[in-house]
Amino acid sequence: MSTAPDPVAAAAAAYTDQLASVWSDAPGLWGFLTTVNHKRIAARYILAVVALMFLAGMLALDMRLQLSQPNLNRMDPQLYNESFSLHGSTMLFLVSVPVMEAMAIWLVPLMLGQRNLAFPRLGAFSFWLYLGGVLMLWVPHELGITPDLGWFEYPPLSGPTYSPGHRADIWAQMITFTEVAALAASVNIVATILKMRPPGMTLARMPLFLWAMLITSLMTMVALPAVMLVTSMLIADRLVSTHFFVPAGGGDPVLFQHLFWFFGHPEVYIIFIPATGFVTAIVETFSRRSVFGHTALVLSVISIAVLAFGLWVHHMFAVGLPRLGNDFYTAASMAIAVPAGVQIFCWIATIWSGRPRFATPLLWVAGFIMTFVIGGLSGIMTASAPLDLQLTDTYFIVAHLHYVLIGGAIFPLLGAFCYWYPKATGRMMSERWGVIAFLLIVGGFNLGFFPMHVLGLEGMPRRVYTYGPEMGWGTLNLVATIGSTIAILGGLVFVANAFLSQWWGRPAGANPWGGATLEWAAPSPPPPHNFDHTPVVDSLTPMWTAGGTLNVMDGLGLEKREVLITSVIDAVPQYRQKSPEPSLWPLIAGLAVTMMFVGSIFTPWAIVWGAIPIAASLTMWFWPQRERRPSGPMRGRLR
Amino acid sequence: MRRGLAFLLLLGGCAGQQTPLAPGGEQAASLFTLFGLMMAVTSVFYVLVLGFLGWAAWRARGHWSRGAAPVVEPDDVGLSRSLVVWAALIIAGLFLLVGGSFVAERALASARAREALQVSVTGHQWWWRIQYRDPATGAVVETANELHLPVGRTARIELGAADVIHSFWVPNLSGKLDMIPGRANSVDITPRQLGWFRGQCAEFCGAQHAHMAFSVKVDTPAEFAAWLAAQARPAATPADAAAARGQRVVVGGQCAMCHVIRGTAAGGRAGPDLTHIGSRRTLAAGTLVNTRGGMQGWIAHPQAIKPGTMMPPVALDPADADAVSRYLESLK
Repeated sequence: MSTAPDPVAAAAAAYTDQLASVWSDAPGLWGFLTTVNHKRIAARYILAVVALMFLAGMLALDMRLQLSQPNLNRMDPQLYNESFSLHGSTMLFLVSVPVMEAMAIWLVPLMLGQRNLAFPRLGAFSFWLYLGGVLMLWVPHELGITPDLGWFEYPPLSGPTYSPGHRADIWAQMITFTEVAALAASVNIVATILKMRPPGMTLARMPLFLWAMLITSLMTMVALPAVMLVTSMLIADRLVSTHFFVPAGGGDPVLFQHLFWFFGHPEVYIIFIPATGFVTAIVETFSRRSVFGHTALVLSVISIAVLAFGLWVHHMFAVGLPRLGNDFYTAASMAIAVPAGVQIFCWIATIWSGRPRFATPLLWVAGFIMTFVIGGLSGIMTASAPLDLQLTDTYFIVAHLHYVLIGGAIFPLLGAFCYWYPKATGRMMSERWGVIAFLLIVGGFNLGFFPMHVLGLEGMPRRVYTYGPEMGWGTLNLVATIGSTIAILGGLVFVANAFLSQWWGRPAGANPWGGATLEWAAPSPPPPHNFDHTPVVDSLTPMWTAGGTLNVMDGLGLEKREVLITSVIDAVPQYRQKSPEPSLWPLIAGLAVTMMFVGSIFTPWAIVWGAIPIAASLTMWFWPQRERRPSGPMRGRLR
Repeated sequence: MRRGLAFLLLLGGCAGQQTPLAPGGEQAASLFTLFGLMMAVTSVFYVLVLGFLGWAAWRARGHWSRGAAPVVEPDDVGLSRSLVVWAALIIAGLFLLVGGSFVAERALASARAREALQVSVTGHQWWWRIQYRDPATGAVVETANELHLPVGRTARIELGAADVIHSFWVPNLSGKLDMIPGRANSVDITPRQLGWFRGQCAEFCGAQHAHMAFSVKVDTPAEFAAWLAAQARPAATPADAAAARGQRVVVGGQCAMCHVIRGTAAGGRAGPDLTHIGSRRTLAAGTLVNTRGGMQGWIAHPQAIKPGTMMPPVALDPADADAVSRYLESLK
């Protein structure tokens, strides 16, 4: 009747169970609060991002309705100004950057065949601080204290004279929260990618997504301190009258703009470069061939990252800086077109020379190319210092930035979501509803945002809460409103599909798309320890070259959490590293930091007194745990 | 190209008074030419990308079946060569655009060498203070929210800000330039076309950023000289009893705290100069058409018309309100 139990299979199952029990969290609330599992942390990030995208999308819809016809009174100027400020700040600081980090926190260990991040507790800490930033912006909003000066708050308008109260402080401190969180996540990702690659995955055999996340995280570490500095200077101006940006006190409001955009422009690429990683992975899998021009793609990402720090002034052409300097920044900005063009070519060439199957992830890539290239080309127009004087601060820029951020980053993100959803949940998303969502979002987006280019060329400035009928902007604004509404409906279809497919979706299996990278070697959904054994890699596409069986190595502990550390360049195994257990201290440290950040809006002394609980919680976090010695007189009792 | 742009313009039914696509001055014309070059080059590249993508999808139509065995690192010599050609094409396009951009930049700057009319414009929340020099006396002639320029002569507009950052933008005449507290900026404008244009603040400056516009009138040199001479004169004396009553209310009441009417005791500096308010096209920085009714409504309910404006509501009995509007209307 039944076959005799296979001793090998039974031993393997026991092995898996043992690892899973070592790596799983405590049940219930305690496990929820103490977890250091990268997959759970990433899932929290992504759920928070989805909720925020919905809220910020509703704000956008509200604004579009206000602008759909001239002289509407749905919103008064204060409400409108709050709405676009909250929309922009949420989308830039709380959605776009964190969601890319979340994808990396989830995907990087899986793509490396690893069991966790390099610094698991830091991963938990980064989420709690990110959540602090979300609450910092949205709780005051519920209390009626909403920032109302846009997503970059230029002084003197944001200074103490013209913005009394705490709206500007809340905006500035929300940035401090999210940037500390992003720095924590970036350090973690860099260390994980450089020191925890599986044996054989030399830098030359590293998939492009990992390159993208490595470069992005390094960029984050260079760019984000600038914005934390500038918002802290703003808070100091407001709290203790430091006059950094007050001309009468020897300060300069333009200094704010330089520091802000030294962060702000790299940030665009911090959002875009991970998307290039998604696109490469999707194109490779669905074209059924190794991606064309892997080296060219890596070099493109690196050159974009380098150039990104040399062109912040193109946000400031209308400031009146010296003309020759402006021309330099024009050339540097346009130069981005070379690596970006090379990337586009490599992706299309891969599809062209492969045997592509247009499943939803690849459809999103096609939508991305059609949309993002428009944003890139309008970016070349705004990169021209003289022409930008006609384009900047108009609806042309509103169109451009949405084409770049939604077309360039969110479309690949949605494709990536469809692509890795089976891995995360073990179920397939519905292709039919996926296509419907794709058509609604891409169609609605282009219908909604393309007319904004024309509106900008017809002289409509951005950030106006209304306009007169004599301006002739009514028709196109109505079209923009209709298009945006369609796109938002598509977004709801997408989320509903993702939600319901958890139950209704077809079981996926480990590698439903036939992907080439290591995450597809793990079961779907991956167990707490991700992989039973450490994979050994001998090419860029290990799942394709291994002929179905992947070489693995053994030797990590079964009784405690251990990870494998390898060398930076050649990924030669170096040593086993103890991986931290779950802990409540990241949460407590997060709360302590939150207390200090919130308090420092009201009094500078919060920085002094707030440092004490932070120091205490960090001390406890890092309190050394004595290793039980496996030798000596205690040995017998320990076993 | 121009026809295509004109089509875009018609698509929105634009009035054409505030658009870079209908240049009425030298600087805007060179920017428009640059825009045309940009459109041409970028369109070529967009068509190339879409064509390649479409071709790739078309080639794929035969084998949209699933489960094809993957090909690992195939030989891509042809594609690699094409990539080099593509990169070279992009670089060539960029040289063209950077060159065009540089030439346009020089065109914006070259007007500086010429004899220029000096005008000073200061941004306030949310209106524009405009000051000329009277060529006869050298005295400052002040007005607000309406800029007059002579055709064919370069005007150097000195830009300043009284409170926060604003941006001066008359797209039909030239590109925008920020007005930043503590910094001196200037923009050169050489109008080539007579008529009315519209300008608007282009840097977010607070609650009423949306209602911070101004009118620009390009006159013949003779008209301009006459207009400036008229603006330099003190306010007209009231011609009838109603206007005289209105003058008493304005000069003796709340209005004088913030507004100047040269030739009277009204000497406030916080708000726009009203010496020749009757000669202007609009009220409240382009918010209302300048009519007697508009003036009465603005005085009585400024916060309803432009919520957040610095102008406080002034409660007047109906006879006074009528008299005030008649008086202000008479200040041509």
